Amino acid sequence: MNVTPPTAPYLRQANQSVDGLMRQVIYALLPGTLVMLWYFGWGIVTNLVMGIGFALLLEASMLRLRAKALSLFLQDYSVVVTAWLLALALPAFAPWWLLLIAMVFAVVIAKHLYGGLGQNPFNPAMVGYAAVLVSFPLEMTRWVAPLDLSFMHISLSESLQAVGATLNQTRWDAITLATPLDTVKTALFSGHTLPLSEAQHLLSAAGLSTEMINLAFLAGGLWLWYRRVISWHIPLALLLALTLSAAVFWLWDAQHYPSPLFHLLSGGTMLTAFFIATDPVSASTTPVGKLLYAAGIGLFTYLIRTWGAYPDAFAFAVIIMNMAVPLLDAYTRPRVYGH
Amino acid sequence: MIKAWQWLQQLIGEHSASFGSIIPPNDHKALSNQQPVRRLRPSAGDELILPLQQHRGDKPKLNVRPGDYVYKGQMLAHADTANSAKNTRCVPLHASTSGTITTIADRPIAHPSGLNDTCVILQADGLDQYGADGLMPALANYTELDSACLRQRIRDAGIVGLGGAVFPAAIKLAVNPQRPVDTLIINGAECEPYITCDDVLMRDKAAEILAGAQIMLHILQADDDPAADSITRRCLLGVEANKPQAISSLRAALAPLDDPRLEVVVVPTQYPAGGEKQLIHALTGKEVPTGGRPADKGIICHNVATARAIYRAVVLGEPLISRYVTLTGAGVAQPGNVDVPLGLRVGALLGATPPDAQLIMGGPMMGLTLHSAQIPVVKATNCILVNPLSAKPAALPCIRCGQCAQHCPAGLLPQQLYWYAQARDFAKAERHALFDCIECGCCAYVCPSHIPLVDYYRFAKAEIQSQRTAKAKAEHARKRHDFHQERLERAQRERTERLAKHKQKAQSHNSGQQQDAIQAALARAKAKKAQQQLQAKASTRNDQEPTA
Ligand code: SF4
Ligand code: SF4
Repeated sequence: MNVTPPTAPYLRQANQSVDGLMRQVIYALLPGTLVMLWYFGWGIVTNLVMGIGFALLLEASMLRLRAKALSLFLQDYSVVVTAWLLALALPAFAPWWLLLIAMVFAVVIAKHLYGGLGQNPFNPAMVGYAAVLVSFPLEMTRWVAPLDLSFMHISLSESLQAVGATLNQTRWDAITLATPLDTVKTALFSGHTLPLSEAQHLLSAAGLSTEMINLAFLAGGLWLWYRRVISWHIPLALLLALTLSAAVFWLWDAQHYPSPLFHLLSGGTMLTAFFIATDPVSASTTPVGKLLYAAGIGLFTYLIRTWGAYPDAFAFAVIIMNMAVPLLDAYTRPRVYGH
Repeated sequence: MIKAWQWLQQLIGEHSASFGSIIPPNDHKALSNQQPVRRLRPSAGDELILPLQQHRGDKPKLNVRPGDYVYKGQMLAHADTANSAKNTRCVPLHASTSGTITTIADRPIAHPSGLNDTCVILQADGLDQYGADGLMPALANYTELDSACLRQRIRDAGIVGLGGAVFPAAIKLAVNPQRPVDTLIINGAECEPYITCDDVLMRDKAAEILAGAQIMLHILQADDDPAADSITRRCLLGVEANKPQAISSLRAALAPLDDPRLEVVVVPTQYPAGGEKQLIHALTGKEVPTGGRPADKGIICHNVATARAIYRAVVLGEPLISRYVTLTGAGVAQPGNVDVPLGLRVGALLGATPPDAQLIMGGPMMGLTLHSAQIPVVKATNCILVNPLSAKPAALPCIRCGQCAQHCPAGLLPQQLYWYAQARDFAKAERHALFDCIECGCCAYVCPSHIPLVDYYRFAKAEIQSQRTAKAKAEHARKRHDFHQERLERAQRERTERLAKHKQKAQSHNSGQQQDAIQAALARAKAKKAQQQLQAKASTRNDQEPTA
């Protein structure tokens, strides 16, 4: 047997591997993905299949270009997780070119140009998302209305047509809908009070679907925490910061500012808190650093959601805080024994 | 308020009250701690290999030559007392059985470098007999003796730390009178998976361990100025919770002693609970300052096997010539603990081993791979672990998951250390407290990218050490050069000064006569020069003679 002379420690924790961690993240994404399938049907299937397909191709070609071991790195599943998260964050029925561009930004630019696995300072999925959001704001803000058992309402051929659409083709505007976050923001900007009451919001069709999706991601995230794949620091600090900042304005003027609960269960809150902000590579690694990093994301999310030009704000909030990570890590080093 | 703050810090995971550790799901201890201890004695013809240096410090000086017959317990090499400063870190070596010294030669020893070192080769005669001077006089009345005398005995018996550090025990017991030691810790944690030699020792020899602890307490006490002695001393025996039998046997042995100074304390089962600094923290809540020693905090820490060896050396006069060794792992035919004379080859303990097996001296977290089964059992050998050799999984890049930092008992950031070591940025690695790393392996154990982290730390430490040595050498050479230069200059200066003085003296004392002499000489020279040009030089020298 040709093995290098082994050195201590000879013992390794069983089942502790990068691909193991990534696989668990994928399992934890399943409940939320299933709920999204319920509401968006083929639109999620096309997103996932094409997104992951593109991402794998891009990853393989980048690995080939960089002369890295294909089998070793493709098996780590990290690119699948990136693509999965990005595919879920993009609007359902996203056209193929939108997915491709997003994946190029995520895999090629954000990951491999910075040195590949473990080297990227920015969260790849969020870089991909932000890139297409600023480039194609129209496509990015049009969400197909959620429908119960969507598979029954929109057929595969219809879906493929939508996905194959080029930039200037109109896509079934009839059934697209502003997301609840969008509605609230439009109202805020035009100086109106909230168009619907809090309760109405939570119970409207669009409201209910995002809440369900968020709850499902919350469940998956809690399982990840239970499995110790993620620690509690980032999700808790993020959700707490978002809740507190929402609470301040809501208590001050409930007519114009939605409640903390609305913020917690809207948009990509839970997906970000448990799956995106917790990406170890681009997050802070020290306990206190993690708390500050996540609190920053929560705060920036609230600010951008409320006063920024984009409907949801996680991508920008995460990228901003990614930039602060080296500083956070340097200033929050834990105390060494005996120092 | 402070409590709340500490609690908050602990909650956040800021290492203040709790440092990291790991809890392997299976400690594999039941594999070897169920069987009674087997006592191995060399039979006639067995070859014992006794490395001269089995401790941290200096090599002892040989007393024997090839062909000599030695008795069991006879001193083969003595601590060099001629140079007392060097002598402090030296302990003697004894024959572990009776027989003939066949040769003294370099043989492979258990060392990461895989290098050979000087060994005394002793062929056993099978009698295993003590000679007239084999045993040292028993000091059963040790309470009447002073600490220096007892420490001398402990050194003479060749006792070193048997937990693996092999530091001469007598030195650890010599305490700075300015900082008396109030807490003696006896380490029975034995936290590394697979190893059980201390566990069974505590079960079988609890009374001897406690007696050893009492001797050490006496040594610490006797060091004091009796008038100033107001400290109450205590001895804490720290045992991990996964050794209920050892705990109960220690407690049973403790009861009849009626010694309130001694206490058995159960510590939580986790690795590395038995690390010296970790155990001190668990038992006293104190931290050994970085770069310092436990004694700075009024604590010293000895292993249970060391305590027992001290008892046997003092009360029975027996030198350290055997120890308990755990034989364990999937590749061992007869796992269990053995009482082995030092110097027996590892291969002789194991019998047949599977061809693909990996021999490890020590445990699975910190042990050393043996390159040959010919390597002997030494004072540091607590365990021989034989497991099938398995290829290490390929390492991926660090994904900054922070698992390593979460489990590091020293509170370090292993991922940063790895980064700096890999980039050869040793200055940064040192600033991130590289030298506080105890090489416990927790970080590599949990790393999902399978990075052999500890290898990088060992590499970085070795590089820094060799850089330091090189720097010290260069500094030394520079100083010598400067000194040499200065000496030359001084000699030159002195000579010129002396010359000047002489000149002055000569001129001031008899300037008149001299002047005439010079005039005369000059005249002579002129005449000579005129006669013969070639002799000009010689004549000049003649001229100068009176002045020089
Ligand atoms: S455990 Fe391994 S992968 Fe994770 S941060 Fe530490 S070195 Fe990097
Ligand atoms: S080997 Fe060093 S860095 Fe790794 S966990 Fe142990 S003390 Fe920490």
